[in-house]
Amino acid sequence: MNLKLIVQVSISLLLARWKQTLVAAVGVTFSIAMFVTLLGFMNGLNDLLDGLIMNRTAHIRLYHDINVSKKQPIDLMMPHTANFVYSVKPKNQRIELYNSAQIMHAIKQDARVLGVAPKINAQVFYNVGTIDLTGVINGIDPDEENRLFMFSGYVTRGNYLDLKNIPNSIILGKGVADKMAANIGDVVQVTTSKGERLQLKVVGYFQSGLQDLDKVQSYCSISTTQKLLGVSNNYITDVQVKLKDILQAPAMAKEYQRYYETDAIDIQQANSQFETGSSVRSIISYAVGVTLLIVAGFGIYNILNMMIYEKMDSIAIMKAIGFSGKDVNLIFIFIALSIGIFGGILGLLVGFGMSNIIDNIPFNTESLPTIKTYPINYNPAFYIIGGIFSIVTTYFAGYFPSRKASKIDPVIIIRGK
Amino acid sequence: MEHIHKEVLRATNITKYFHDPMTVKVLDNINFSLNQSEFVSVIGKSGCGKSTLLYILSTMDTDYEGELFIDNVAMAVKSEKELARVRNEKIGFVFQFHYLLNEFNVLKNVMLPGLKLGKYSESEVEYRAYEKLKVLGISNEALKMPNQLSGGQKQRVAIARALINDPLLIMGDEPTGNLDKKNSDIVFQTFQQLAEEFHQTLLIVTHDNEFAHKTSRIIEMQDGKIINQ
Repeated sequence: MNLKLIVQVSISLLLARWKQTLVAAVGVTFSIAMFVTLLGFMNGLNDLLDGLIMNRTAHIRLYHDINVSKKQPIDLMMPHTANFVYSVKPKNQRIELYNSAQIMHAIKQDARVLGVAPKINAQVFYNVGTIDLTGVINGIDPDEENRLFMFSGYVTRGNYLDLKNIPNSIILGKGVADKMAANIGDVVQVTTSKGERLQLKVVGYFQSGLQDLDKVQSYCSISTTQKLLGVSNNYITDVQVKLKDILQAPAMAKEYQRYYETDAIDIQQANSQFETGSSVRSIISYAVGVTLLIVAGFGIYNILNMMIYEKMDSIAIMKAIGFSGKDVNLIFIFIALSIGIFGGILGLLVGFGMSNIIDNIPFNTESLPTIKTYPINYNPAFYIIGGIFSIVTTYFAGYFPSRKASKIDPVIIIRGK
Repeated sequence: MEHIHKEVLRATNITKYFHDPMTVKVLDNINFSLNQSEFVSVIGKSGCGKSTLLYILSTMDTDYEGELFIDNVAMAVKSEKELARVRNEKIGFVFQFHYLLNEFNVLKNVMLPGLKLGKYSESEVEYRAYEKLKVLGISNEALKMPNQLSGGQKQRVAIARALINDPLLIMGDEPTGNLDKKNSDIVFQTFQQLAEEFHQTLLIVTHDNEFAHKTSRIIEMQDGKIINQ
């Protein structure tokens, strides 16, 4: 009965001054909408920049580095003395991975791993008339490459699956294609560093966004590359591993290095400058997020505070006719929460709408061929934080002033008139 | 009305100080009691402490020394919530200004203390509120908002609100102070009617001597003391 009365009184108080109620709710709505939109936009941009590297880089890369032997024969003979050997050179060794098929099979079984893609790195010359352009051909497995590294996103013309379906096909870097004046369907000739020549059919263009890279890099299928190099079908130079949790990369790289007796590098080590940039950007976005919340919080608090102080008379009257301090407190918390919940939900919807609008604004840039509109991150966490925040701040904005009002004798308010 | 009258209110040694801007004794050892069916007025010059006393007696002011009994129950030991209950159930208060809630219509204003008490269902409270408004001759205005009424009408609504829970005692703080002669006569007649027909106990603070002399008992105050009762 009492609760029903309190709800009734609250609703009457809310509706009696509906304009003021609306202003308060709009204040909450605006704050929450701005928070959600700005954070979504900032994180969208962050993700975009992160994605430039992340999407295309293996979390762990297994390869066989050309190095001098760590243990020279003298060390094996006299392990307990300090041996100095001058002018040590690496010996002639293969750059392929040993047992690559078994390694890939084993890594695929690892529960922490999202996927494994093989790769062959081949130094080549593109033959254009009498000129040879230096370049690199990456032999890849188109399906896995696409699944793990969004290969299709960077193939601006043609279909990446043609690499697999059409024998002796190549996807040229945009810069290479421009220099060779090669159209799709044309046949180009490449020469390997060992002098082998092969005719390849152009099935697409590749544009990474990094001009220098696009001027040298092209893609073929694994088997085409093996044929080009004249090696057997178990020749693989790199194994690229993508993990479920990128943070495990350094530890797992060490583990694989020891276990498979090969070289392994993790993404954090390979792109330390990117790591720095990324963490600085996250700090900025957290700072902006917290600032937005604080500003929004003060806004909401002020509006509600004002509203309650305006109703001080009503509080005194209600107490005089027999409402207790707790009743008064409950009434104003109910009012505040109604505004918070209504304004908050509306704010989330408006924020979502504004994000959607930004998401549809065209954003074309030469360096990012896959991006057509401004990026937005629709992370539910922002919406949850925004929603909870609107309720919590309105709760306190209702609680503190009404608690103060409910504690004093009604006569203090009445006499103050 | 010669049957034995029960004691409704008793004040013992009530003393109060104001501390701001300096400590002043506004009430000095007030002792008096009030019996059922009495129509009492409290008079005195401005600043003699009569309103202050009334607020203490109504439990709306708890910052005082001494003891207060309402219906033979000590108020000093009661919590804020219990005092609110006492105000709700046993005391009807009429202020100098009507102090109606502008967010509610007349009927709802009268019903609120009844709904808060929770003794009757909502429809019963509504019926009773209509009855009270009828007694005061303003049942036609029941569905209007307070700001659509004249000053005299508002004050009668406030009296109806004070009556809704059939209180032990009605207190008024210069209830006619803000009204013209015609309206204050109406309000006075209303009080008189309540006293005579319904044997309602009334304690009214006023500076209107004419009003006071029509009541059955006058308590006169000066400088925080009762000089005549």
